[in-house]
Amino acid sequence: MWTLGPIGFTAPWLLAGLLALPILWILLRAVPPAPIRRRFPGVALLLGLSDDENETDKTPWWLLLLRALAIAAAIIGFAGPILNPKPERDGTGPLLVLLDGTWADARDWQTRMTRTEALLEEASRAGRTAAVVVLNDPPQGDLPFQAADAWVQRLPSLEPKPWAPDADALASWTDALEGSFDVFWMSDGLAYPWREDLLGSLEDRGGVTVFESPRPVVALRPAVFADGIVTVTAVRSRTGESGEHTINAHGPDPAGIPRILASGSVTFGAGDAEAEIDLSLPPEVRNRVSRFEIGGARSAGTVTLADDGLRRREVALISGSEDREGLVLLSPTHYLEQALEPTAELIEGTLTDVLLANPDVIVLADVATLAEGETEEVLEWVREGGLLLRFAGPRLAASDVSRTVEDPLLPVRLRAGGRSVGGAMSWGEPKVLRPFSDTSPFFGLSIPQDVTVSAQVMAQPDPTLSERAIASLADGTPLVTRKREGQGQIVLFHVTANAEWSTLPLSGLFVQMLDRLAVSSRAEGRSAEDLAGTTWVPDQILDAFGVVSDAGALPGVAGDVLAEAEPGPDLPPGLYAGEERRIALNVTDAETTLTPAVWPSRIPVEGFAVVQETLLKGTLLSIALGLLLIDIIASLWLSGRLTGPRSAVSAALALALLVPQTHPAAAQGEDEIFAIEATAEVVLAHVVTGDSRLDEVAHAGLRGISQTLFQRTAVEPAEPIAVDLETDEIAFFPFLYWPITQDQPIPSDEAYAKLNRYLRTGGMILFDTRDADVAQFGGSSPNGRKLQLLAAPLDIPPLEPIPPDHVLTRTFYLIQDFPGRHISSDVWVEASRQDAERVEGMPFRNLNDNVTPIVIGGNDWASAWAIDERGNRMFPVGRGFAGERQREIALRFGVNLVMHVLTGNYKSDQVHVPALLDRLGQ
Amino acid sequence: MSEAADLRSHAEDLAGPLPPLLAAADHLASTVLLGEHGRRRAGLGDEFWQYRQAMPGDEARMIDWRRSGRSDVHFVREKEWQAAQSVLLWIDGAQSMGFSSSPKLQSKSERARLLALALSSLLIRGGERVGLTSSEMPPRSGELQLMRLAGALADTAGQEDYGTPEVRGVLPHSRAVFVSDFLGDISGAEAAITKVTDRGVSGAILHILDPQEEAFPFDGRTIFESMGRSVSHETMKAGDLRSRYLERLGERKDRLSSLARATGWQYDCHHTDTPASAALLWLYRSLERVQH
Repeated sequence: MWTLGPIGFTAPWLLAGLLALPILWILLRAVPPAPIRRRFPGVALLLGLSDDENETDKTPWWLLLLRALAIAAAIIGFAGPILNPKPERDGTGPLLVLLDGTWADARDWQTRMTRTEALLEEASRAGRTAAVVVLNDPPQGDLPFQAADAWVQRLPSLEPKPWAPDADALASWTDALEGSFDVFWMSDGLAYPWREDLLGSLEDRGGVTVFESPRPVVALRPAVFADGIVTVTAVRSRTGESGEHTINAHGPDPAGIPRILASGSVTFGAGDAEAEIDLSLPPEVRNRVSRFEIGGARSAGTVTLADDGLRRREVALISGSEDREGLVLLSPTHYLEQALEPTAELIEGTLTDVLLANPDVIVLADVATLAEGETEEVLEWVREGGLLLRFAGPRLAASDVSRTVEDPLLPVRLRAGGRSVGGAMSWGEPKVLRPFSDTSPFFGLSIPQDVTVSAQVMAQPDPTLSERAIASLADGTPLVTRKREGQGQIVLFHVTANAEWSTLPLSGLFVQMLDRLAVSSRAEGRSAEDLAGTTWVPDQILDAFGVVSDAGALPGVAGDVLAEAEPGPDLPPGLYAGEERRIALNVTDAETTLTPAVWPSRIPVEGFAVVQETLLKGTLLSIALGLLLIDIIASLWLSGRLTGPRSAVSAALALALLVPQTHPAAAQGEDEIFAIEATAEVVLAHVVTGDSRLDEVAHAGLRGISQTLFQRTAVEPAEPIAVDLETDEIAFFPFLYWPITQDQPIPSDEAYAKLNRYLRTGGMILFDTRDADVAQFGGSSPNGRKLQLLAAPLDIPPLEPIPPDHVLTRTFYLIQDFPGRHISSDVWVEASRQDAERVEGMPFRNLNDNVTPIVIGGNDWASAWAIDERGNRMFPVGRGFAGERQREIALRFGVNLVMHVLTGNYKSDQVHVPALLDRLGQ
Repeated sequence: MSEAADLRSHAEDLAGPLPPLLAAADHLASTVLLGEHGRRRAGLGDEFWQYRQAMPGDEARMIDWRRSGRSDVHFVREKEWQAAQSVLLWIDGAQSMGFSSSPKLQSKSERARLLALALSSLLIRGGERVGLTSSEMPPRSGELQLMRLAGALADTAGQEDYGTPEVRGVLPHSRAVFVSDFLGDISGAEAAITKVTDRGVSGAILHILDPQEEAFPFDGRTIFESMGRSVSHETMKAGDLRSRYLERLGERKDRLSSLARATGWQYDCHHTDTPASAALLWLYRSLERVQH
């Protein structure tokens, strides 16, 4: 392909034809147009006349120019010009497509796959072998070069992974590369430490082209909960203009259905890489949040899972002894409060009140006995999953709870008295703790040197004691015992909750032990020491697309591996469940920043917005065709065939050519035709009932009243239109005439919605039951009942029979009854206001401000108004002269009705009163 | 038998064009006048024309005493001139007359024949004698002469391109009507007209032209040919010829009209796209004017 600037030509040798244009010019100029032969008797008068100019009639220069342009356009068109041609890759060696395959790829994964497919197709057209490698999972051994088509089949099996490629594995893979090939690297846009080396070794093998998405990569850091506010930080890789994203908090609602519980929007300022949003959620909502997501982005980086770090346990503190005033440090719950305050909700109150609040943990500090009913309730609560944490104290030691028989609310039987060691009155040193065994939930916690126990209650030796003791002193005496009860557990600390009997509450170990017991829930409990010795099983895992799914049967990981928080193939990101709590491992951590990948300038970096190549061939050929058409017309004109005699044929031919060949029959929609018909003039409409005879009569009736209106008033309606309620737009018509029959179809809901809208916006429907005995609007007649059925879903205001001073009686003619073919006085209109009073001097009350939306009657007006095509009245009305008078009044009613529709209550204006009084007085 | 059949078919052939032509002519004539009129001038005749005062030289027996009794002077009763007159027609039958520029227009010869026959119909109704200037059809009166005229006009289809007026059958002191397009050699027409004027004949020249011949709406490279293809002219730019052609045409019309003025004839130019009744009216009126 030969390119000239932004245009490439697929058959450039055709352009040599352009050289022939000047020769063509000369030829055309020299050849005069062919003569026309004409029979003309007046030729006798022409004999002897000679032409003015001696040279032959030449084709005018502009016609030649036109022809030359047309031919030039045709030549260029056939040369196959392409705007912005895709640069053809002229490599012939094998092709390697590298995909980073991290979570940052996942957002545009489909686009990348499409692009890879296009590359593979190009390669197969050029006959090159290809290989597609995902860096997250490099193939062992040689590069699997195959026919490009085979790789196209395998593309759907490639998937991104939510972790970054391992640098060491990549390095060893890079070293093992052999051969020369061209590389297309679809990078995810983020900087990794191994990129440079890989790029260097790939460049040794052949040309490298990089594809990157121009969109910045966005990720969410884990949510931080502090002081009642959840802070979510979003980071992005490329700073530039400001951008806005929505952050949604997902979680189950009280019924268990996953929903978006809260959302907020975060705005990146121009040039900012980070943006924060504070969400203050009520505790019950916050406890249910399972993850935060950036709306609209699908990758693991934009999803941050919320673990127990967001959840605050509700801890109820109940102490036995009252606070000694002022001696805060001696109060049993002081240290507990200090330990639990930052991370748990503390509830205080009496036991029954506290049970009503259904806390997660109840701490009984030095409480010996509970009332009977309370015991039952507490046991019930424990069985449903509550943790009862009891601390010993003087009261417990002095009571006889659980001495002979194990108390249901104590894990062990206690020996009377307890013991004290290392105190003033005792032998020996205060005891230290023994390292925790591996069955204890405290396993792995390091024990500081200064934790000593000087007094404690003792447990009775029991066969079950060894399994129930989860912390012991150096001599084996249990310090903390636990028993499980139903879904919950009861834990007893054999020391006090304050510093009287031991220094445990003063130490950090106390907080860690509470944490381990899931009394508190700390986000900071993530360090290696905190997690040492624990095993965590993945409960839900996050894939690269940000989809949370059940983990299935994946093996557990050790706590210190989890503490490192490096997602990898053995540590997929997700929610890990330990004994009591869950920890979330996200692809980002609290300090993640996304740095964009920087490529050296010698590497071409393409974005996905590949400039489309446009084929200009079609445009140019159509230009050539157009010019040739103009040329035909111009030649016809020049040779006199367009304007001379018998020009009609040529003119018609020229016109036919001018009409564009590919003229799509722009079918002006029937709706448009209908709308134009309906709105160009005033048009009265009747509703199609399905009974063709009735529709004919209705049409004829409206035609008749239209004629009368035309003759007598300024309203000049056009032919009436039959309206199908389902399909036609009724808003065009001021007035709908609706005759009622038994067999009418009930309109659909959409039709009713249309009708209601029509009535609300000022339309009027005239219901005509056509039987004169529409006794009440309750319908004793079959048509009346049908009317009730039809009008039930309509939004009809209250109705009353036309009062004698309704505006309908005077809008054009002064009439007092409203006959049609029948005479019945029951015509119903919208009810007037109750308090319409007659003003002094006015002959009428001002009843309604607007047009009555409904007129109901049974006098068969259409038949009275109906005229046929010849202008004769179709139906007889009454008999003789009185009948004609009745018809006249029926016509007057029709005129009044239409004038009322079109002018509203204009005739209620005071300005008409003198004229009205005049007329009425006669 | 076959003779009779032949005769009959010949007769029907002959009579073929007559009914339409006659009907058209009658129709046209009836638009001009309904019923019989006199010649509207004083002269020998039956009908009363006017009273005029007696001049010295009038015979005494011509005085109308009843009218004179009502006044002081003597009045003579004049009668309308109802003398039958001979009118001789010449319709150009050359090929150039067969030209019509559009199918919607009649050809010049059709129009000419129509006008001639209509005029004859009017004249014969008025009691005149009508004939053709060729010696085969001397002027006679009566409806039968109308039939004969129709037959004679129907089969004139000349061989030459342009025609010259025939004057062999023109009687002295009669009227003549020449209908042609006069596109051929004008000197022949001039000679004919002056010749008959010397015999005391006056008449009317009706110059029939097609609107295309009048306007010359041609352009571009054209070869013009006459109807009989005997004359042709080629031009590269017909549009340039237009002004000169129109000049020549005007010149010809001027020659004809000055000839008419000089000889006492009437001249009019008629185009086939204008209604025929106008031409007929003019013809009829022109035959009344006498310029002796």
